[in-house]
Amino acid sequence: MHVGLQHYLVVSFMLFSLGLLGVIMRRNLLVIYMSLELMLNAANLALVSFSRFNNKLDGQVLVFFIITVAAAEVAVGLALIVALYRKRQSAHVEDLTSMKL
Amino acid sequence: MKLEVLPWIILFLPLLAATVITLFTLRCRTTSALISIGAIVTGFILTIAFIGANGFHPAVSETAVNWLSIGGLQIDFGLKLDALSLMMLLIVTGVGGAIHIYSFGYMHEDKGMARFFAFMSLFTFSMLGVVLANNFLMMFIFWELVGVSSYLLIGFWFEKPSAGDAAKKAFITNRLGDFGFLLGILAVWAFLGSLNFSALQDRIIEHKNSANTIGFFLTRFPLGDFSFDMNMTIIGLLLFCGAVGKSAQFPLHVWLPDAMEGPTPVSALIHAATMVAAGVYMLCRVLFLLNADALHVIAYIGGFTALLAALIAVQQNDIKRILAYSTLSQLGYMVMAVGLSGPTPAMFHLTTHAFFKALLFLGAGSVIHGLHEEQDIWKMGGLKKKMPVTFWTFIIGTLALSGVPPFSGFYSKDSILAQALNTKNYLLFAVAVFVAALTTFYMFRLFFVAFLGEARTEKAKHAHESPKVMTLPLIALAVFAVIGGFIGITNNYGSQFFVEHEPLSVAQQALEPLHNIFPMLLGISAVAVGLFAAFTLYKNAATDPLPAKLGGLATAMKNRFYFDELYEATVIRAHDFIAAVADWIDRWIIEGACIGLVRGGTDLTGRALRLAQTGNLQTYAFLFVLGVALLLYFVLGK
Repeated sequence: MHVGLQHYLVVSFMLFSLGLLGVIMRRNLLVIYMSLELMLNAANLALVSFSRFNNKLDGQVLVFFIITVAAAEVAVGLALIVALYRKRQSAHVEDLTSMKL
Repeated sequence: MKLEVLPWIILFLPLLAATVITLFTLRCRTTSALISIGAIVTGFILTIAFIGANGFHPAVSETAVNWLSIGGLQIDFGLKLDALSLMMLLIVTGVGGAIHIYSFGYMHEDKGMARFFAFMSLFTFSMLGVVLANNFLMMFIFWELVGVSSYLLIGFWFEKPSAGDAAKKAFITNRLGDFGFLLGILAVWAFLGSLNFSALQDRIIEHKNSANTIGFFLTRFPLGDFSFDMNMTIIGLLLFCGAVGKSAQFPLHVWLPDAMEGPTPVSALIHAATMVAAGVYMLCRVLFLLNADALHVIAYIGGFTALLAALIAVQQNDIKRILAYSTLSQLGYMVMAVGLSGPTPAMFHLTTHAFFKALLFLGAGSVIHGLHEEQDIWKMGGLKKKMPVTFWTFIIGTLALSGVPPFSGFYSKDSILAQALNTKNYLLFAVAVFVAALTTFYMFRLFFVAFLGEARTEKAKHAHESPKVMTLPLIALAVFAVIGGFIGITNNYGSQFFVEHEPLSVAQQALEPLHNIFPMLLGISAVAVGLFAAFTLYKNAATDPLPAKLGGLATAMKNRFYFDELYEATVIRAHDFIAAVADWIDRWIIEGACIGLVRGGTDLTGRALRLAQTGNLQTYAFLFVLGVALLLYFVLGK
């Protein structure tokens, strides 16, 4: 079976959807965070496939950037979650409703 | 120094005094009083100096600076100096000065004395402005200033609710009249195209001399396309509205008796010498604008007021209220005289009235002061020995007001009676004679009850004479109340208000009433009848015998013919009703429907939108994704 662009994109879509589902459904902040990473990587996969099949390097360059930014984001995000946990003794989103009026 | 400067100084000295007192010396009572007294006395001396140098007909009869010029309208800030205004200037500064000095004694124990004198000076300034104004606009401004300062003075003891109410009543009633006055001024401007008195007079004369009236009108008259005479009648009546308010003529007479709530010197100043005289003065000033129809109305209103007020005065028991109604009645006389096209008798009576009414008010103030704020005449009695100066000056004032020869009131009243007879208005002549009898009756009723007989209360037994600073002005005014009639106010100065006249000697002047022997005899017999009636009824009377004899009429007189109640039931009720309707509209339609709808709508939308704000992070994320998906669908999907 020939593996084409479509297959990669389908996988990327499935990964993205799983990540989105996780973000929307899961209660634990840490898991939501991991799901977010999943979504990012789904996007990366799509970019790399486009790059590969179109014989252009733009997509791969963009992926490098995304990985870098994601690393920085992880550092900040995890620190925030830890700080939040210390303050609230909980990492569940139901407990974080102080933005409601 | 040029003499034309003097009137300006006279005008602005009291304003300066009021300003200095208000800004700097409110804490020093005596200094404030002296500043105020100094200002008006200096004004009096300067007035005499000016008249001494120029006579009553100065060569320069107007001194003005240009104030406004809008389009074709030129308005000066100027002073008119003729016999009329100079005579008034003498009265205002002279009688006003006596009252200022008297106040120094009367108000000595009042802690607001500095404030009092500031108001007095402000009032004097306003009144001088009315007298000296050379155009309608300036007169109106000062006219309103008189209203404001009288409001301040009547409500001087503002801790008393009655004083506050009286001040409000005076101000609002005056505003009613002033509204007509302002309309009249606007009509004058629209119709005759000027506000300057001299220019207006020229135009009227010009009109009388030329049969052709077309091209004369500056603009079409706002009230409609009437004939010249009709327009002048309307203008005259509108201007008269102002006098009705200020000079307290029927139907706006109700404020004056209530204004007795102010300190007694204020009553003397406002109700004798100045404020109420402003209306009569204004009518004399603009007499050339009043045509026969307007004068007719003026005469009858004046006559009616004179009669009405005299009847009410007969049954009052408060010494100041009797004098207040007497003032109303005498003002009715003056207005009637103006209406009978006799400005000279009117101004003559105004002058003598200023002397003797100020004297009577100050005398009443002295009595009230000596009896520790007692005003009911039935609680006085036997004051002759205890207050000799007050007693003798008061009897002079009473004789002058009653019109007993040779006191000043006799001459001025006689000239009004003669005027009524000469213009063949027999009804008003009869009214005037009857009012003369009533005047004598109520004044001697007051005199017999308050001053003669036995002391009726403890307060009256322990009465004491007032200090010199209060009795000296009384004596000065008493002198003028005696001689005011024959020193020649009418003929040497008075007739010259409008016509040049040969000066008469004092002897000729004293015999002047003999020229009209019939009104003189009737006047004197009216006085005799009034005096006799008062003597029989009130000599040694312990209580008032009149209510038993007159029954319902006496009750009506005592209750001021129920005018206050009538106004309460009609005008005030109607006003309250309109106010209630306006309140309802404001509360339910504007506030309720308009504002409420907008507010309620916003509130409801806000509540609905608030439901979307759950605070749940994942809902937001879901909605966000949904939004992105929709966006992508609309951008790319189609």
